[in-house]
Amino acid sequence: MGTKANSSLDANLGQNLLKQMILIRRFEERAAEEYTKSKIRGFLHLYVGEEAVAVGVVQALNQEDYLLSTYREHGHALARGMNPNVIMAEMYGKQEGCSKGRGGSMHLFDSSLNFFGGNAIVGGHLPLAVGMALASKKQNKKNITSCFFGEGAAAEGEFHESLNLAALWEVPVLFVCENNRYAMGTALKYTHSMEDLEKKGEAYGIRSVAVDGMDLLAVMQAAAEAVEFIRETGKPFFLVCKTYRFRAHSMFDAELYREKSEVEEWKKKDPIPKFKEYLLKENLISQALVDELERDVEQEIENSVAFAENGTWEEASNLTRFVYSELKQP
Amino acid sequence: MTKNVSLTYREALKMAIREALHKDERVFLMGEDVGRYGGAFAVSKGLLQEFGPDRIMDVPLSESGFTGAGIGAALAGMRPIVEVMTVNFSLLAMDQLFNNAATLLHMSGGQLNVPVIIRMGSGIGRQLAAQHSHSWEPFFAHVPGLIVLSVGTHEDARGMLLGALESLDPVILFEYTSMLNLEKEIPEDSGVVDISKSKVRREGTDISLITYGTGVYKCLEAAEALEKEGIKAEVIDLRVLRPLDEATFLASVRKTHRALVVEDAWKSVSISSEIVSRIMEKAFFDLDAPVERLCGVEVPIPYPKHLEDASVPQVSDIVEKVKKMIKP
Amino acid sequence: MIKFLMPNLGADMEDGVLVEWRKQPGDFLQKGDIIADIDTQKGLIEIEVFDEGVLEKILVKEGQKVPVGSVLALINDGKGEEIRESSGDNPTPEVPKILEPQEQAKTKSTEEHRIKISPLARKIAESNGIDLTLLKGTGPEGSIVKEDVEKAISERIANKPVPQPEEKTKEAPEESVNVSRTTSDSIRMAVAAAMSKSNREIPHYFLEKRMDMSKALEWMKESNKTRPVQKRILPVAMLIKAVAKALDEVPDLNATWENGLQRKNEINIGFVVSLRSGGIMVPAILQADSKTVEEIMETLNDLIPRARAFKLRSSELSQSTFTITSIGEGGADKVFGLIYPPQVGIVGFGEISEQPFAEEGMLGIRPVVDVTLSADHRATDGLIGSRFLAALNKHLQNPESL
Repeated sequence: MGTKANSSLDANLGQNLLKQMILIRRFEERAAEEYTKSKIRGFLHLYVGEEAVAVGVVQALNQEDYLLSTYREHGHALARGMNPNVIMAEMYGKQEGCSKGRGGSMHLFDSSLNFFGGNAIVGGHLPLAVGMALASKKQNKKNITSCFFGEGAAAEGEFHESLNLAALWEVPVLFVCENNRYAMGTALKYTHSMEDLEKKGEAYGIRSVAVDGMDLLAVMQAAAEAVEFIRETGKPFFLVCKTYRFRAHSMFDAELYREKSEVEEWKKKDPIPKFKEYLLKENLISQALVDELERDVEQEIENSVAFAENGTWEEASNLTRFVYSELKQP
Repeated sequence: MTKNVSLTYREALKMAIREALHKDERVFLMGEDVGRYGGAFAVSKGLLQEFGPDRIMDVPLSESGFTGAGIGAALAGMRPIVEVMTVNFSLLAMDQLFNNAATLLHMSGGQLNVPVIIRMGSGIGRQLAAQHSHSWEPFFAHVPGLIVLSVGTHEDARGMLLGALESLDPVILFEYTSMLNLEKEIPEDSGVVDISKSKVRREGTDISLITYGTGVYKCLEAAEALEKEGIKAEVIDLRVLRPLDEATFLASVRKTHRALVVEDAWKSVSISSEIVSRIMEKAFFDLDAPVERLCGVEVPIPYPKHLEDASVPQVSDIVEKVKKMIKP
Repeated sequence: MIKFLMPNLGADMEDGVLVEWRKQPGDFLQKGDIIADIDTQKGLIEIEVFDEGVLEKILVKEGQKVPVGSVLALINDGKGEEIRESSGDNPTPEVPKILEPQEQAKTKSTEEHRIKISPLARKIAESNGIDLTLLKGTGPEGSIVKEDVEKAISERIANKPVPQPEEKTKEAPEESVNVSRTTSDSIRMAVAAAMSKSNREIPHYFLEKRMDMSKALEWMKESNKTRPVQKRILPVAMLIKAVAKALDEVPDLNATWENGLQRKNEINIGFVVSLRSGGIMVPAILQADSKTVEEIMETLNDLIPRARAFKLRSSELSQSTFTITSIGEGGADKVFGLIYPPQVGIVGFGEISEQPFAEEGMLGIRPVVDVTLSADHRATDGLIGSRFLAALNKHLQNPESL
């Protein structure tokens, strides 16, 4: 946890991170499958192709740090250590899910892991991140808040307001922009006059770095530096990860807005084989162990589907629960 | 005799947008993913190719910004159609709508008109959970200066936008994404809809079902079922939620002496609250039973289908409620 | 063997057109392979397989439009010929009825005496003079609704109740009848409503005349000697006949006031019968002017018990053109009736009693009856009323020609 970036990666850590990425990949593929069978409904946004960002950044955080994400958050939740069972059950709408089935795919929450969703209004969670960091500062806590969002959100007023406030108040927020080049179906060049998004952070006096989001090692190093900076200074940091989603925006998307050849080009940068080859080359893992990891992942995913299938539906008489607090103010 | 044509709600909406674009060169469509993506719900698919990027404008995710820009363009002589992808995101544009679009005419002493049209995909359903499943018509219907329309039928999908185009004041159109694939027949020559009037969708003598939006087809289906039990329900589609056309529903209540107001929106401080108040104020002595309401349960919309369905009135709820009201 | 289905890619996807098969029977399929292109409202979408195996059979031709969930192809996964779903059905629990707080049940009547009535029903009841306290509600929470009031109005028309204190009818045969509370309530209600309307709408004038009954009673006594017991007449039969004859002479009182005075061809005398359960009924003696006193007596003997048993025919209840109320023995000296709308007059007979009576300069004790006439001043004036009482008196003084 919280390792500093260095050239000689610990073998256990490397194996663990590879497994995380494979888990996310397979989990998303299985979610897609279950969606086509109507087991999962609503909107389903998959993280396939972007795994290095969640895994690389989240490993740099510690358990006390807060984490907020978007509606494309399964990867962050898994990297944070959330059990695939409760995520799958949530997507099935079963009450054994992490949000008791009330949230579904876009609203994964686990307060015990300091995982604060699962937010489906683009840019809506950035001010929340600033506020949580502000609270940490007021309470003299040492934790930081990390907030993931896409480049689409960087066009929202709330993005600009949040960066300004974070810089102004000097609060410990790590803003992580996952620039996957498409705001739903509209390309970066049609949504941003300045495509070097890190410059937007600089304009607010925030230290900002752009990194290759398809390269786990690069993300790990940048994240480690960012986290170290925030812990030392208490100030915000803006990390832009250049990445790409291999699959459509959501399940029902004909991808009229991009060329297949472009997708194929980016698939050559797939972070998983790249990292796997690195580990093999550095003798940090054996092929046999890779095979074992993959089998373990398959089993975990099967388990999660079985867990979700066996889950139960909440009684409709409970419908109006969770509108107001059931607990009294302590 | 005019012929009927069968089409989906989506096709009807698209026909209206195309007609508006052809009819008036000041019209342009802007919104998130309306162009290259083809519209979040494929309503504007192909329009970019037909009309070009000047008239079908993709915009960044900047709801306050582009909605305000639409208002500005309207002030300066254009007739923008702004698509707010879903009503969920409209809250980010509310400042522009409430503090600018709704007030400029008044603040300027009548000098400035804001002929902007705001289209929003809306409604509860499709398991989109608490941040993407909304019936927020009441928020908008609260604000003087706005014209708030609810597109509850295919006929209105075809013609309301064109009616709105004739307005000098800002018009907000609530479109219902759950109805996009629904196919219905409308007269081939359907066109401009009068956006000041409600409509009696079905005549009846025993009770008035007053509704709007997704409630219209639900109430019509319920009325059909009630007919078999000997109860003749009249169905009023409010259509215009502000300014309310009270004459139509009051006349109906004076005829049937009973009213049930049906909406998906949360019950408190809703459209139905206003309808019931008007009936009390103006048709009290014509009532033969307390006016009743079937509204959304006051809960953020949950994700699972069975809980989502339990959150809003269903056809069977309407049928049972009416039977209870008429034969207690 | 696995069924490969048209995938469901969104809640707003219902079907798709199979545009192109990318794989052919015999091709080996790997998980994630694109197997076909389908066209949707959103455009062309590549669909992938999630199973491994050999494409066994294609079931949907290119260009065909099929709904979500249709079997597109069979994939042989080497696990036997049995055809399986890729997965089971998604059981969705039954949707419960919309939840509503049980408020209504809790609204205990804090005001026990307040009548629950719809605004419309109240309006109709008031304009028709229906007494709300007598109505029984069938609407929500037992409230009175339009239908209840309309029913009461139609019952009132049918029952034709008339104003009045009680008539002593101990002469008439009596039957013990079980009357439901509802019936007596509705009778009470009908009386109340009719009398309220009468009192509110009809400008009454009242005349009174004391009449000598000695000749009539004498004649009755004599003639009864020739009759079998069952056929003996009572004074009331003579009074009815005399009224009928007087009306024949003063036809303006045998009329209704509906958009002006409407004279009636038949003289049908309504006769107030008090009920043991309370309230009154007013059966009509049809064409009383053409009936003999004996026939009138016979009619009364038939009508009164049937009235008390609620077995009157509707024609007997609805056709009277004038009303008589008679106090009978042991009652009040005088009775001033209220007209039953839309009639224009009612005659009241007090108890027949012996009183000092002056005639032709002589004072004597005679059986007399105090007769009153209540009449509608819109229809007639006192002169007409007076003429009627004079005619009535004349007939009572000539009983043999009754």
